[in-house]
Amino acid sequence: MLVQQLANGLFLGAVYALFAIGYTLIFGVLDILNLAHAAIFMLAAFVALSLVGFGFPLVLAVALALVFAGLLGVLLDRIAFAPLRRRNAGTLVPLISSIGAAIVMQGIARGVWGPDEHRFPSNGLSTAEFHLGSLSVGALDLIILAVALALMGILSYVMRSTALGRSIRAVAEDRVAAALLGIDIERTIALTFFIASALGGAAGILIGLQYNSVSLEMGARIELKGLAIIILGGMGSVTGAVIGAFILGAVETLSVAYVSSSYRDAIAFGVMFLILVLRPAGLLGKRALRAA
Amino acid sequence: MLEFLAHHSKLIDQIGINALLALSLSISLRAGSLALAQAAFMGIAAYVSSIGAVRLGWNLPLAGLAGALAAALVAALLALPIGRLRGVFLAIATIGFGEIARIIEINWPITGGAEGFSGIPNDANTLWIYGTLALAGAALALFGRTKLALAVAATREDENAARGVGIDVAAVRMGTLVAGAVLAGFAGTLYAHANFFITPGDFGFSRMEQVLVMCVIGGVTSSLGAVVGAVLMTALPELVRFLQDYREVSSGAILLGIILFAPSGIAGLWRRFS
Repeated sequence: MLVQQLANGLFLGAVYALFAIGYTLIFGVLDILNLAHAAIFMLAAFVALSLVGFGFPLVLAVALALVFAGLLGVLLDRIAFAPLRRRNAGTLVPLISSIGAAIVMQGIARGVWGPDEHRFPSNGLSTAEFHLGSLSVGALDLIILAVALALMGILSYVMRSTALGRSIRAVAEDRVAAALLGIDIERTIALTFFIASALGGAAGILIGLQYNSVSLEMGARIELKGLAIIILGGMGSVTGAVIGAFILGAVETLSVAYVSSSYRDAIAFGVMFLILVLRPAGLLGKRALRAA
Repeated sequence: MLEFLAHHSKLIDQIGINALLALSLSISLRAGSLALAQAAFMGIAAYVSSIGAVRLGWNLPLAGLAGALAAALVAALLALPIGRLRGVFLAIATIGFGEIARIIEINWPITGGAEGFSGIPNDANTLWIYGTLALAGAALALFGRTKLALAVAATREDENAARGVGIDVAAVRMGTLVAGAVLAGFAGTLYAHANFFITPGDFGFSRMEQVLVMCVIGGVTSSLGAVVGAVLMTALPELVRFLQDYREVSSGAILLGIILFAPSGIAGLWRRFS
């Protein structure tokens, strides 16, 4: 029973991690809270769904939807954030413009796909299950976990060992100094948005597949949990977001099994509130709490 | 005109309640703190006043005062732990508080849970709503002439400088949070008693976002701006019915347009052109 719950927590945590990495990357680089991240998460799932509906093979549909999500992120930055950056508008105004962008995206999704819940065509999905003692694991869950871990591995490689990763870390550390060193700030920011949004889109597609459900509300459900995760891990820390996501995934599945499902989400937000009050830098965040 | 009013009385009531909410958020924003707990305060008051009215037979004024008092108490308690937080961190902490409040409302048996609480006397008419709004507006206008209003503005513009001239910044922040909670509480009672049915989902993050959008569109720290923003954003979905399922896009586009091209909101545009 415990092993089963931990396995379920692992699958949930992996998808949470993909979502939260995108959130925290953008905060780390730009110091803004991008509340349109959840809208991209949802739109990517819808696009993958429609591509499958048009007859694309699932793998190709997912790949195209990831590229779509990444490009949407770049567009979001150009429209909602870049003009504010030039104006030095601080951190609160971009938060509000991201809400505006999220409302627009939500409206477009409602117009195109309607208010109802959608399902992937059943023939595309594997329903095989593996049994190991009392543990039963779906093949689809394993694929999702593998894809999530692979994407995290790629991100980790890009961040640590490529010129792009070094640029992103430099811009996050000190934008002015990075510019003086000849780093193209706008290009780095655009690529950060591409990566962050593609990962958020991946989370949306994988959750859509995992629960076989894509709906307008799916973004709102994960948006605030993502906040709890990046606070737990430390705002701006990618490793922290991954650890925070797996902790939340485990806590959620265990609390449903052993405590009660009704207060499940209250635990996440209670922990988030306590961390903000007691240790605002989170588990791994190194930044001091900054003033408004 | 009268026929129009009668036909749209539901919308007109909604506009008044939203204007009250936008005013209540603008009080915190005046002190420069992005405390996003208005929807939670509204919900607390809505539940206290509704349960009091149904179980204990409170009339509307009594229910309204009890609801506002409950919201103010919770706000004062909330102000203590979040006192050190600023900016985005304050926003996130208060969003988390709002979610906890909503989850408690879903799970506490007395609230009727996720299905909602019904049978609330339907006695908050347009007169009550606009009377409350007028009183709140007048109170804020009077407050704007006092020295305390300067302390609030000083806290917003430069916290350290404000401290330097002897302003108790923590007290200003707590005071604005509590005052905002009182107004949000009245809005919650009026909302419940105008709809006779409430659910925890009515007071979630999407409500909070709506109120924030109204404030920003009107001009963050202006009372009149907040009211204009509430009128515009509440009436807009009705005005653009022809867009059908794409209606939301217009609200988002207006918000983006204002942020990008008129950073001080409608109030700022008005000042610039007059």
